[in-house]
Amino acid sequence: MADKVDVVALAKLARLEVTDEELAKLEKEIPAILAFVDTIQKAKVGKEAKSPALRNVMRADENPIESGTYTEKILAAAPARDGDRVAVKQVISRHKAKGIGQ
Amino acid sequence: MDLSKLTIKEARRALDAKEYSALELSDAYLDAIAKKDKDIHAYLEVWVDSAREEAKKADAMIARAESQPLTGIPLAVKDNILIEGRIASSASKILEKYVASYDATVIKKLKEQGAVFLGRTNMDEFALGGSTENSAFSPTKNPHDTSRVPGGTSGGSTAAVAAGLALGALGSDTGGSVRQPSAFCGVVGMKPTYGAVSRYGLMAAASSLDQIGPVAKTIADARIIYDAIHGRDERDSTSLPDSTPAPVATRKKIGVPRAFLKEGMDPDMLKAYEDSLTSLTKEGYELIDVELPTLTYALAAYYIINPAEVSTNLARYDGVRYGLSMSAPTVGETYEKTRAAGFGPETRRRILVGTFVLSAGYADAYYRRARAVRELIREDFARVFKTVDVIAFPVSPVAPWKFGDKNDPVAMYAADIFTVPMNLAGVPGISIPAGSVERDGKKLPVGFQLVASHGGEETLFSIGEDVERAGN
Repeated sequence: MADKVDVVALAKLARLEVTDEELAKLEKEIPAILAFVDTIQKAKVGKEAKSPALRNVMRADENPIESGTYTEKILAAAPARDGDRVAVKQVISRHKAKGIGQ
Repeated sequence: MDLSKLTIKEARRALDAKEYSALELSDAYLDAIAKKDKDIHAYLEVWVDSAREEAKKADAMIARAESQPLTGIPLAVKDNILIEGRIASSASKILEKYVASYDATVIKKLKEQGAVFLGRTNMDEFALGGSTENSAFSPTKNPHDTSRVPGGTSGGSTAAVAAGLALGALGSDTGGSVRQPSAFCGVVGMKPTYGAVSRYGLMAAASSLDQIGPVAKTIADARIIYDAIHGRDERDSTSLPDSTPAPVATRKKIGVPRAFLKEGMDPDMLKAYEDSLTSLTKEGYELIDVELPTLTYALAAYYIINPAEVSTNLARYDGVRYGLSMSAPTVGETYEKTRAAGFGPETRRRILVGTFVLSAGYADAYYRRARAVRELIREDFARVFKTVDVIAFPVSPVAPWKFGDKNDPVAMYAADIFTVPMNLAGVPGISIPAGSVERDGKKLPVGFQLVASHGGEETLFSIGEDVERAGN
């Protein structure tokens, strides 16, 4: 089924830096894993996949917690803070070449 | 007290009879850990001071005649279950220093009972694996033979209980991660019905498959822990509504999926399974051949759905909100470098496979197809449970292997054949020690698995006690 897997593209999608050495290993391992699961193609299933019968009910968004209750606890776990916010590097850049899509 | 034999039930009796205090009991375990755990490495961290404080509080509860089943009972907790103020790392470098900001619901329930938390136990990173070899902090060793794996992913929890380093423990089971290490270490481990135990505060691996489960020496002890932790939780939208437990099935009919057992089992492992069946017939059970033809596809469906959900869940470890963060010029590079430095090889493989099976060109052929197969597996189980009370399976096709023997990821996956179907179907399963096999002159435990229909935990405990009795 998936005879050619582009591990570099997958790693990019998964936001995972991969060294050349690791890439050589993964280019063997990932196709081997996909070959292992390929028996799924032989299963006789109807065209329409039913959604799994697991219970998952959206709860009402009641927001019962007062703003600020957990601020310090959550910020304590963050690698960097900026006042009462988690510090994040600029996401959208005017210089296309530096953006995350590159 | 002999910690290698002591049960929760017996400790409860002795504590309430004031034969020893909860503090003395906890100190005995802390001493045992200090002496023995350097050889086993069941624990990633031991909480001497807080355990002793909790034991003192338990003694006060006992003195006030307010003791509950787990008051003063020393337990171990898998490293992916949150305890407020404690490091919870999922045995990953990416969370090596992460301190939990809240209690998991199961922890809250155990704290209300006055249980004592000895420490956090080793595991395969993010509950991905089957041997604890994927821990970023070196593997746990099997107490029965330290050159062999304890199973996984909850190998630290099961080794701790087996080695007398905890009276009971919590593990989590996504595809066999409580049952298989319980079998390898010779203890009882259960995966409850999906939704029976709240997942709030359990780090998500594959959310539609994960369940927290008890590890203990006996069925009676596993039941005590299960009774303490299960129940509806508003904070887990997949948790089941509280209802009266299903009555114990009494038809005395056990399903045997013979066609499914043919391949890949070590002959002596198969014989141990057959011996357990024979002993059950002596207890008055009737064995009925059952067919679950879709189980042929269970491993494939599991190793598509699991990585798909894992890759989605682990997207949250991005170096921004918590855990490890590698400094880089842009946010994109921060993600890529943090995840490369923080995730181990198996975690990286699952993320990549998950990304593949969910990608636009392949999701129909892999992920959606696997979901459809999952539904068929569920239907197969439902059909069989119309005629039998439980289905008996082996837990593992092979005995605990030597460290490094299954370096090939696919070989490791194949060993999960008898445990993943239950997670796909959401049905409960229990591993009970039953017999042993010999490898290199050492006796290694074998687990026997009983599987019931949804909500059938009481049936598992009841028939499980017959298996336990027959094995003794």
